[in-house]
Amino acid sequence: MPKLLTGAEIVFKCLEDQKVEHIFGYPGGAVLPIYDELKNHPSIKHILVRHEQGAGHAAEGYARSSGKPGVVLVTSGPGATNVVTALTDAYMDSVPLVCISGQVPTHLIGTDAFQECDTTGITRPCTKHNWLVKDINDLSKVMHEAFRVATTGRPGPVLIDIPKDIQFAKAKYKKPNKEKKLNGKSHNKFSQDQIDELVKLLSKAKKPIIYSGGGVINSGPKASQVLREFVELTGFPITSTLQGLGAYPGDDSQFLGMLGMHGTYEANNAMHDCDLLINIGARFDDRITGKIDEFSPNSTKVHIDIDPSSINKIIKVDLAIVGDVTSVISKINKTISKRKNGHSKSNKSNIAKWWEQIGKWREKDSLNFVKSDESIKPQHAVQRLYELTKNKDTYVTTEVGQHQMWAAQHYKFNKPNRWMTSGGLGTMGYGLPAAVGVQIAHPEKLVIDIAGEASVLMTMQEMSTAVQYNLPIKIFILNNQYMGMVRQWQELLHEKNYSESYSEALPDFMKMAEAYGCKGIKADNPDDLDDKIQEMIDYDGPVIFDCHVDPNENCFPMIPSGKPHNQMILGPNDQEDNKIKGKGKALV
Amino acid sequence: MPKSKSAYSIPTKKQKPDTYIFVVWVDNEAGVLARVVGLFSGRGYNIESLAVAEVDAIKNISRITIVTTGTPQVIDQIRLQLTKLVPVHKVAEFKREDKGVIFKEMALFKIVGKRNKIEKCLNACKKFNPVILDETKTSAVIQITALRREIDKMNKKLKPLGLISTSRTGAVAMTRGAKIFN
Repeated sequence: MPKLLTGAEIVFKCLEDQKVEHIFGYPGGAVLPIYDELKNHPSIKHILVRHEQGAGHAAEGYARSSGKPGVVLVTSGPGATNVVTALTDAYMDSVPLVCISGQVPTHLIGTDAFQECDTTGITRPCTKHNWLVKDINDLSKVMHEAFRVATTGRPGPVLIDIPKDIQFAKAKYKKPNKEKKLNGKSHNKFSQDQIDELVKLLSKAKKPIIYSGGGVINSGPKASQVLREFVELTGFPITSTLQGLGAYPGDDSQFLGMLGMHGTYEANNAMHDCDLLINIGARFDDRITGKIDEFSPNSTKVHIDIDPSSINKIIKVDLAIVGDVTSVISKINKTISKRKNGHSKSNKSNIAKWWEQIGKWREKDSLNFVKSDESIKPQHAVQRLYELTKNKDTYVTTEVGQHQMWAAQHYKFNKPNRWMTSGGLGTMGYGLPAAVGVQIAHPEKLVIDIAGEASVLMTMQEMSTAVQYNLPIKIFILNNQYMGMVRQWQELLHEKNYSESYSEALPDFMKMAEAYGCKGIKADNPDDLDDKIQEMIDYDGPVIFDCHVDPNENCFPMIPSGKPHNQMILGPNDQEDNKIKGKGKALV
Repeated sequence: MPKSKSAYSIPTKKQKPDTYIFVVWVDNEAGVLARVVGLFSGRGYNIESLAVAEVDAIKNISRITIVTTGTPQVIDQIRLQLTKLVPVHKVAEFKREDKGVIFKEMALFKIVGKRNKIEKCLNACKKFNPVILDETKTSAVIQITALRREIDKMNKKLKPLGLISTSRTGAVAMTRGAKIFN
């Protein structure tokens, strides 16, 4: 007879068989049996966070930067409710997470027991799927199924709720099924006909654009490689969503920069005027499309996505290819090469005029800003940070707000998985714990959280985690004393009524660094900036960098509310001779 | 168009919504109905009626029939979102006007009154296979099967004849002929 294992032992057996090396968690009453078992499994390292939300974001950073699922372990009640923000964040941005939560013993469920909450009820809308394990014999099957659901198709978070008595109960352990039975949820069934149709469209296009998204990153490093081949084969311009940055080199001449609300002038105008739009692994988010009725009005639209429910959700498309980006693009590349039959005849000459037009848009230099000798401009700070770290294979996380957009605009990524940001949910406080997770996955690499002073205070407690595990993360705070994006919207939309967006009593970040036992660096003069950034990079340990920037700077360019792509507001240089007047003003 | 201070886009012109019936085959497990219903409420879809019961005890499959309204784009989304749920095996949908599909609801009417009134009620229900499930000298419980609109109509019509309580199911659906949903 095979050996009977306790629920807690089965949990670890499953984690070992799923090749999990790190879990992010916080102990509590209802998970103590699992924590008790931890010592017997040296291949799995537990990272103790300071708040369960931090565990969730750290696991997200870990997953996004490594391509492996992030694992979270929390207790019942508040442990589970604290992780809800991170689960929702992962759900919106398609990050594979497996969250294990403790639950009160089965006979107490429903009695309002101490630290009881309806965890599966609360997390149902923010996970791909969740399970309450009420029978110990189901545990190993559910655990393996959870990893499968989290990592296949469009990735996302899952949660397994394990009552305390199940953690003590005994059962046989079942290994994961080798053969992957997919319950009809596999979506990689595109046909050669669809590919042929797309290739035909490619050859006819005069004003094409490729718009790639986070799906390329999620499909794995191979996807970025085949995407680069595709762009080279076609000679088409490419733009990227916030989540897709890094899939295509940010400093390449065919790259038009990010598109959308704070995207570049050339990317947005190209989206508006194109005659062929190829969406690869993006979801026509409302920050991308602007006004739906006038979104890219004259184009044939192609959508490649692994999630069938993304197709026609917001924008009706003419050709939908449901499949994994890597397999679809590889197939397209193969078909194009075969067509050419060794000849290098393509429609590159057809699109020469289009490139000319794009060149004119580029001359606007829409990311420009007014430089200053007196105060540090936040854009300048990000540019200097980029210049000083670009040769180091740097990993960047961000919080949410103006600094996030400046980072996306001015930091150029050349590889996938180097850029971790909260796009869909827009979670302030994401970046610091995410940096912790990234550094765990890549202990030798430089990891920087480009932060705002308001966001970073939301999860500042995780500095303690960074110090405990000696994780040399760099928290680069663009400190403008405002919730900058809120202030910007109030300036543009609410007659400069800066309601509650100024932080009256910010902590002294230098002293805070000292209190946590890490290094603090402060910069408020543009002349010292480079030296201070270099000092931060060279320091072997966690750093809080308090970079005082111009508090009145706005993030431009910007698509104002209810406007299509070709009606952007540009930066201050351009605004001088292009003031928004009359009716337009009300619409900003 | 209203002036907007919002960074979200302004809602644009809407297509006309139609009534559709969804049939969903799911694993009969704890919380599965909550997942389906939660999907509808969470994404702002409408449920007009709902019927659910186990249909295959060996394979542990339940069949959920949902009547909903939406534009073709919304209906498409509902199908695709339902299909994504892990315990969902199969989703079929059809328009209410679809001649190839039968769809029926059942109603129980409690009538209190004299014999002649009850007779009148039975007579009024004649077209809808009335069955008397319970009868006393002063009351009767009548079962009918009909379409939603017909039951609505009967409900109104029987009020003056002594109808004091109505209980009705959601719609259930089945294709005509030898074909099954696929």
